[in-house]
Amino acid sequence: MSEMYSVVMNQIVKRFGPVIANDHVDFRAKTGEIHALLGENGVGKSTMMCMLSGVYRPTSGEIVLHGKPVHIRSPKDAMKLGIGMVFQNFRLVPNMTAAENIVLGEASSFWRGPNWIKRKQEEVEALARHFGLGFPVNRPIWQLSVGEQQRVEIVKTLYRGADLIILDEPTSVLTPVEAEQLFETLYQMKAEGKTVILTTHKLKEVMASSDRISVMRKGKLTHTLDKADTNERELARLMVGKEMAVAKSLESHSPGKPLLIVEKLDVYADHGRKALNQLELRVNEGEIVGVAGVAGNGQSELAEVLTGLRAWRKGSIRFNGGELHNGSVRGAIEAGIAHVPENRMKSGLAGSLGAVDNLLFKTYRTKERSRFGFLRTSANRAWTQSLIEQFDVKTPSVDAPVRQLSGGNQQKLLFAREIHQDPLLMVAVHPTQGLDVGASEGVHQLLARMRGEGKGVLLISEDLDEVMQLSDRILVIYNGQMVGELARGEASREQIGMYMAGLRESGEEQAV
Amino acid sequence: MELITQLLVAAVSSGTPLLIATLGGILIERSGIIQLGAEGLMLMGAVIACITYLNTGSLGITIAATFAISAVLGVIHAFLCVTLRANQIVSGLAMTLFGAGLSAYLGKSIAGQPVTGAVPKLDLPWLEPIPVVGSMFAHLDLFTWLSFLLVIGMHLYIHRTSWGLHLRAIGDNPPTADVMGLRVQTLRYSYVIAGSMLIGLAGADMLLVYSPTWIEGLTAGRGWIAVALIIFARWNPVRALFCAYFFGALDTLGFRIQLIGSDIPSYFLKMIPYIVTILVLMFLGWRNRNKPSGAPEALGSPYIREQRF
Repeated sequence: MSEMYSVVMNQIVKRFGPVIANDHVDFRAKTGEIHALLGENGVGKSTMMCMLSGVYRPTSGEIVLHGKPVHIRSPKDAMKLGIGMVFQNFRLVPNMTAAENIVLGEASSFWRGPNWIKRKQEEVEALARHFGLGFPVNRPIWQLSVGEQQRVEIVKTLYRGADLIILDEPTSVLTPVEAEQLFETLYQMKAEGKTVILTTHKLKEVMASSDRISVMRKGKLTHTLDKADTNERELARLMVGKEMAVAKSLESHSPGKPLLIVEKLDVYADHGRKALNQLELRVNEGEIVGVAGVAGNGQSELAEVLTGLRAWRKGSIRFNGGELHNGSVRGAIEAGIAHVPENRMKSGLAGSLGAVDNLLFKTYRTKERSRFGFLRTSANRAWTQSLIEQFDVKTPSVDAPVRQLSGGNQQKLLFAREIHQDPLLMVAVHPTQGLDVGASEGVHQLLARMRGEGKGVLLISEDLDEVMQLSDRILVIYNGQMVGELARGEASREQIGMYMAGLRESGEEQAV
Repeated sequence: MELITQLLVAAVSSGTPLLIATLGGILIERSGIIQLGAEGLMLMGAVIACITYLNTGSLGITIAATFAISAVLGVIHAFLCVTLRANQIVSGLAMTLFGAGLSAYLGKSIAGQPVTGAVPKLDLPWLEPIPVVGSMFAHLDLFTWLSFLLVIGMHLYIHRTSWGLHLRAIGDNPPTADVMGLRVQTLRYSYVIAGSMLIGLAGADMLLVYSPTWIEGLTAGRGWIAVALIIFARWNPVRALFCAYFFGALDTLGFRIQLIGSDIPSYFLKMIPYIVTILVLMFLGWRNRNKPSGAPEALGSPYIREQRF
């Protein structure tokens, strides 16, 4: 019986200090299947997989591989046992070539002359071709697209002879077309008798690709099902723990007058790379404009330039009838532009400070909050209390470091600060990244309410479903330009996917 | 012609300690650990070399003693930075201050005693006929030849061997190196120790060849120049050679001007290398402002496997 399973994890517990990430989890994957580990962000899927690949060690519990109990103390041990993992944040050395990354762990042959490298490159290329994974083997990693980097990661595990391959949220960085290609590769691995485990929170992918599905919730593994016996609706219920409201698109309404007009904008990123190239953009009052695209095509720079964090070189930004100051954060705030940044703990909130201080960051200058340069402490605490209640932020106290709050509550706090400013335009970047379904819904409602009040919203997101559900217009950004514009209702995933990959409808690569 | 040869000879003899120290620093920093203790390590290397040589008269024992003491200092730096994950800058500064203090104390009894003929010169008369450089190469000392070999060896090691690939990986991206089955901590220890030994050797070279009498603070900031050279050389051993000789030339330039008998106070002339350091740093910083610095990406960040992302 146990021979059937290539991996059995019994009663696994993993603690990080006081936090229990995995609570007595039993997990089994059969040999030669594609097994999906489904769950929302932060339920402990990755932690489970990291224990299989030797990055973490379980606090207690047992791992059985092909019927034999094993101790995986390090990634090296995992490698010897034939376990390979493709991490969500790729484990690649950016300054090295793809081939160098793949042969990195190889102990054989000390000397690596040109002949050796050439032979290895051919070997790697042959392996990649066999699994339908194309990428340039002798270019440094940082020059490759995210999709190509993932292929390097997969070939790396295959090269090292892994027969159990773990992929952690593999599709989160891919366009729909690339995701299709990935699944083809996984089917082939399966056909060759390899066991594939993939963690994800996307139901569609689970139903499309896997044979069996394990569902995790709050650190526990609650169900393991055959794909044939279940459906998306049931999985959603198991994953969230309640019936999930079917996401409804917003009612369409006619937007107001133009609020933000960006014309021919040229912006350079760090290291002098051109990030935005003659970018055109318009946002009207009472309108949510969604910007879709693969990460790294200029989204971050667009958000930074609109909120004053980055200066632009050429072009103009007109906002609410006036010119926007170039590269002035205070100018953007005073003009009425709010910002929910892509990494809330990096540029949104100060983790070690409490709610009061974090809420004050944009209002401390006002008469209500400070007098003669001194903060009005007790008034500010009362004000914080009222905002926290209004936005339903759950925190032990107004002084508790916001780092300790859950992602959803942090995001609510951030929205509270930004919306309190009564902005005209909200620039929201990946606003629901890392949030569970309930918290995401809350964020969506906040954005919809702003739209209802006649404000403009620029929603930059990699979550296509989110963009399609909320946006009145969808723009697709590719290589620093808006390459496609689709109105609500006329947009299809396939079409957006084509634009995201830089392909025009004719299917030809766009000349840049 | 004569002048160029003279300048070259001077640049090489004054640049060799800088070169060896820079190579040691590159080895350490390529593994991801910041090395600011060069000044202290060089001083300790110099004073130990001086004491051992005066007492034993054997070059072999002298080098062994220098290696031993700098390896011990390297172990301390590695223990602080790798195991305890202490601040690498503070640890390096502590190393410098500690080395300066201890070397001054140890060197009290031997200060002013000349050390002569410790390092043999290799006379290779068949090199003489080569124009300009021939007469220089014909009479170089052992340590200078050693430093040439080190440059070539390190260049090949870093770029052409599997261990070199590992070294680059642990300095650039330790989590990746770890999942590829490399022992990040052990390797970092080894490189910090090996690099420290080289820096100690640079101190010994300075004392035994270049300035053969111990005085307190013998290195006079050359350890810091070596730290700057690591950055100028962009962590590349071959570039380190040219940078080190460039600064070696500047170092002797002040001395030469003094010999000609100019009215500039000698203090100003001694400042030349340091002023140029500042100017070159400014120039390079401005020219490369849009380029990656070439620094190992994980330089200065300790690695812990179970740290949550």
